[in-house]
Amino acid sequence: MRFIQEFRSSELAKGLISRIHQKSKTQARFMEFCGGHTVTIFRYGIRQVLPKTLEMLSGPGCPVCVTANVDLDKAIALAQIPDVIITTFGDMLKVPGSHSSLQEVNASGADIRMVYSTMDALNLAEENPTKSVVFIGIGFETTAPIIAASILQAEERRIRNYYILSMHKLCPPVIRAILESGEVKLHGLICPGHVSAIIGSHPWEFIARDYGISCVISGFEPIDVLQCVDMLVAQIESGQSKVEIAYRRGVHPEGNQQALKLMKQVFEPCPAQWRGIGEVPDSSLKLKKEYQHFDAELAFDIDPGPTYEPVGCICGDILRGVKTPLDCSLFGKDCTPQYPIGPCMVSSEGSCSAYYLYGEGFEG
Amino acid sequence: MCLAIPALIKLIEDKEAEAEIGGITRRISLWLTPEAKVGDYVLVHTGYAINILDEEEAKETLRLLLEIAELAEEQS
Ligand code: SF4
Repeated sequence: MRFIQEFRSSELAKGLISRIHQKSKTQARFMEFCGGHTVTIFRYGIRQVLPKTLEMLSGPGCPVCVTANVDLDKAIALAQIPDVIITTFGDMLKVPGSHSSLQEVNASGADIRMVYSTMDALNLAEENPTKSVVFIGIGFETTAPIIAASILQAEERRIRNYYILSMHKLCPPVIRAILESGEVKLHGLICPGHVSAIIGSHPWEFIARDYGISCVISGFEPIDVLQCVDMLVAQIESGQSKVEIAYRRGVHPEGNQQALKLMKQVFEPCPAQWRGIGEVPDSSLKLKKEYQHFDAELAFDIDPGPTYEPVGCICGDILRGVKTPLDCSLFGKDCTPQYPIGPCMVSSEGSCSAYYLYGEGFEG
Repeated sequence: MCLAIPALIKLIEDKEAEAEIGGITRRISLWLTPEAKVGDYVLVHTGYAINILDEEEAKETLRLLLEIAELAEEQS
């Protein structure tokens, strides 16, 4: 068992596809919340093998894409403060903020390092005691406990020059905000597998209960997604809406208790700005009082200047599921992965990038 | 962004481990999965194991899916 190849088997895929075709009678619209699922769906051409009864929609589950310009601008302003080293995951570098991007300020002298892990950022802080190392904390519940662990590690190792800019986002609250707006009508939700590995299945229950939407937690291999769609179809055809786990090898109903404990120890919920969605209550995490000396926003005087949005970019509408990249007049012309205008084209998990890379954009 | 990949734990030292990911050995952190043992497969996200993969559940899922595939084969 290697946990990957087995879940890419074409034999299993054929079985699931034919069963989905047999069972699906009712017209239904499913949203994949997570950008990781968007990539699997496009890379393996899953939309094309599903019956006409099923419509697939991409959701807001890309942390880079949903980061609002006000927050992005803070990171870019921080990078320009002398003796600050910015550490971040790669996808953030090219995202255009209101005035510039991290990559651009890096080219003009700011010290920005792409890291694979917060462990690298901690080591960097230890090796550069006269500098301040700021980690740009973006990500969902999958990443937040890791940032929490890095703070506890910094305490343990007495590293005093490590800071985080917390721009974490929480998934269930934003789904609630999208459903409350009533803009999109959904019948099924493909729930994010690795967010659920941390939070478990219970935090999704309100979606099935209050909105009558079927929910299935999925893994990221093509067989996982097909199995998830099969389970959603079964719920729809039997008139049920509940939360089920398709990704049982990776997700326990209770989540990862240790990760949740660390997250609660270090962070508390606060409101956040989401691109295209606006402010959502309790959808972000800020450092608790005891850990505020790690907060870059409190430690430095940040002046991000006024916020501007890229003209003509409809990332916000795409993230809410009300438009697709094909509705954007810039798609594939002025905006490409090489010269991206909005974050949904920059991020490897953004909808615009998936449409562009996997061809769907050029058919219709 | 929430990408996590399976890794096999080879050696544990305190809260860190050496794990094999696609043929490459990497150091990972076990802060979030202190109960992980040598020989376990874990899901690794940005250098941290975020969960232990359940081999029994994986086998059960594959068994179920194989049944579906066989049934579809018979019907076609
Ligand atoms: S194609 Fe580019 S400009 Fe248009 S919505 Fe996507 S990222 Fe924004």
